Amino acid sequence: MADDERVDNPFRVLGQPAPPAAPSDEPEAIRDEVEKGILFTTVENMAGWAVNQARANAIWPLGFGLACCAIEMMAILGPRFDVSRFGAEVMRSSPRQADLMIVAGRVSLKMAPVLRQLYDQMPDPKWVISMGACASCGGVFNNYAILQGVDKIVPVDVYVPGCPPRPESLLHGIMKLQEKILLSKPELGPIPRPRKRGVA
Amino acid sequence: MTLNMGPQHPSTHGVLRIALELDGETVLRAKPIIGYLHTGMEKQAEYKTYTQSIPQTDRMDYLAPMLAAEKLLAIEAPLRVQAIRVMLVELTRISSHCVWLGTHALDIGAMTVFFYCFREREKVLSIYDQVSGQRMMSSYIRVGGLVMDIPDGLLDRCQKFVDEMPAHIDEYEKLLTKNPIWLARTQGVAPLTAAQAIAMGATGPTLRGSGVDWDLRKKQPYSGYDSYEFEVPRGTNGDAFDRYQVRIQEMRQSVRIAHQAIARVRSFGERGEYRLRDFKYVLPPKEEVKTSMEALIHHFKIVAHGFFPPVGEAYQAVEAPKGELGFYFVSDGTPRPWRMKVRSPSFINLQSLPTMVEGRMVADVITAIGSLDIVLGEIDR
Amino acid sequence: MALTPERVEERLRAAFPGMSIKRQEGPAVRDHTVHVPAEKIVEVCTFLRDDPELQFVMLSWVGGVDLMPRTPRFEVVYSLLSIPNNLRFTLKVAPNDENPRVPTVCGVWPTANWHERETYDFYGIEFVGHPDLTRILLPDQWVGWPLRKDSPLGYQEVSFTHNTPNRIKPSPSLTRLKPKKVKYRAQ
Repeated sequence: MADDERVDNPFRVLGQPAPPAAPSDEPEAIRDEVEKGILFTTVENMAGWAVNQARANAIWPLGFGLACCAIEMMAILGPRFDVSRFGAEVMRSSPRQADLMIVAGRVSLKMAPVLRQLYDQMPDPKWVISMGACASCGGVFNNYAILQGVDKIVPVDVYVPGCPPRPESLLHGIMKLQEKILLSKPELGPIPRPRKRGVA
Repeated sequence: MTLNMGPQHPSTHGVLRIALELDGETVLRAKPIIGYLHTGMEKQAEYKTYTQSIPQTDRMDYLAPMLAAEKLLAIEAPLRVQAIRVMLVELTRISSHCVWLGTHALDIGAMTVFFYCFREREKVLSIYDQVSGQRMMSSYIRVGGLVMDIPDGLLDRCQKFVDEMPAHIDEYEKLLTKNPIWLARTQGVAPLTAAQAIAMGATGPTLRGSGVDWDLRKKQPYSGYDSYEFEVPRGTNGDAFDRYQVRIQEMRQSVRIAHQAIARVRSFGERGEYRLRDFKYVLPPKEEVKTSMEALIHHFKIVAHGFFPPVGEAYQAVEAPKGELGFYFVSDGTPRPWRMKVRSPSFINLQSLPTMVEGRMVADVITAIGSLDIVLGEIDR
Repeated sequence: MALTPERVEERLRAAFPGMSIKRQEGPAVRDHTVHVPAEKIVEVCTFLRDDPELQFVMLSWVGGVDLMPRTPRFEVVYSLLSIPNNLRFTLKVAPNDENPRVPTVCGVWPTANWHERETYDFYGIEFVGHPDLTRILLPDQWVGWPLRKDSPLGYQEVSFTHNTPNRIKPSPSLTRLKPKKVKYRAQ
């Protein structure tokens, strides 16, 4: 069951808890059922839906503009391709306040540890858009200095191709990410730690 | 106290890291640390032909590589091509200064100017889009000419843009030039005397803001610039406000040059020659390739192999919006350059940052970086 | 009378009579280039900068070239600019093959600081007397001199379907996923 679920819904948001181990005996099974809250399933679904809507429609990017793609990313902040209609009203500079990291530009090997550190500093839930060819796969530059794809160091949700991608492309990527968020299964509370059997 | 203005910070100049030593708010030492965007372009250019290096160096800057290759080959593009190049380059200069003004003002706090400037920039990008299909790094200018002829309606569009632009520049000036906040933040801030600027190798508006009269378009003209009428604005004090004034005036002069260039292209005809007819180095036109045997062979040789420049070296510099951008090619007779060295203006202008900010306040560091107009792609190559 | 590069070379020979000054010859050497010995570069540059007729006040750039099968292998190119005379001039020095060392010209033009660091970073040419000779563009812990001709490009084989044997095939459920139909206001 667990594996099936993994294949059927490949778009799990990061931090989704692993499905708990099957209970071994009768009282544990009953306890699990009660704690799953059969009564609250509808509310949970609705709450999940609401949380997803909130996360998708108010996504705040950490503009990680590195090179030429950064200029196109600044262009979507401009008046012609307005990204604030998609909820990204402000581009937060601090990773602690952002939930979307748009890696815009080529990532050199000197910058890679910095990128990973910034990614680690972002709180959950977080998503990564790899904008442009250089961030997705190294792009035009296949040499000693450039990391061949930012997915070697951070997990990427959406790849936006182009060199640089037109602002419409990037907006399409953000919309795809919104769809992905809306489809995903959020965790509503703290991630449950695996409980030791026999302890309440 | 040592403060690290890290590689990721809100002023969108790219990944620049500055190690500041502070005493309260006063900067004791500032050391820029670069290299976070190093792309190895110079090494990679040794493995690509001259034409293949064009998109690579476009990701760093625009016009100059073709001119250095043309100097090496000792060919010169036809006059119509030169006029079109001048027109497109001046439009690029306007759009680059728009980005500079928008981000500089954004750093200092004037957000409105950012939106206005990007609105103008969109118009230039649409023009580039129409010309070559790419908004920013068009790779439209090649060795010996252009990729293809300019499309219909381009000249009218450019004309409309340069007719409207002076009103927009007036708008920016109205917002900023007499604004007491702007004056307080930029006048007297980040000074660089003329002697210091020359010693630090600064070029472009950084040098002209300090009062030195040096513009490559006037002093060592290329691409027909000596036949256009324009002035080169100069500052007096070398502070951030003077550099701002120099760039605003440069935008106005660019509009003037673009007017003349458009008129000149029209005088050559809306359709005409767009490449040199030197088939050893430049691709022949498609119609001839399909009918003439020699043209077919030349086309095949140039596309499959690349052209074979003579053994030698050449350095050619242009006046990019940021300063003197130069390319130095060492050729060994093969289609791939033996060495390509880029003299990038932002790399050298950034060196004068410690001179500008030591002894000043921390907030002036942001103004200084903004007024230097750096592009990290150029610095790190 | 405007200053010409030949006149500059003449003045240079007159000022340094014993030194070996060679003009670079070649079919397509488009800039006037002169070779000087590496040890004397600081005196030559000081002369070129301070002489009232020449006044090469600005150092445009310093770069290195690796002409590998040839010895001497390295060349450091100095491109000078005279603003009052509107003239460019190029100097070249050739340091040794192993342990290449050149005296620094930071004392003559402060702008040489970063240029020499970059040349050191790319080629390993040591500039004697430089205030802070460390890597500038590459990460500090990098080993090797990437722009030398015997250093590799670092090209990584791109994995396509035809050259990746055990690739993970996407799950069939991904093909079933259709984009959500969103109503736009314009519609």
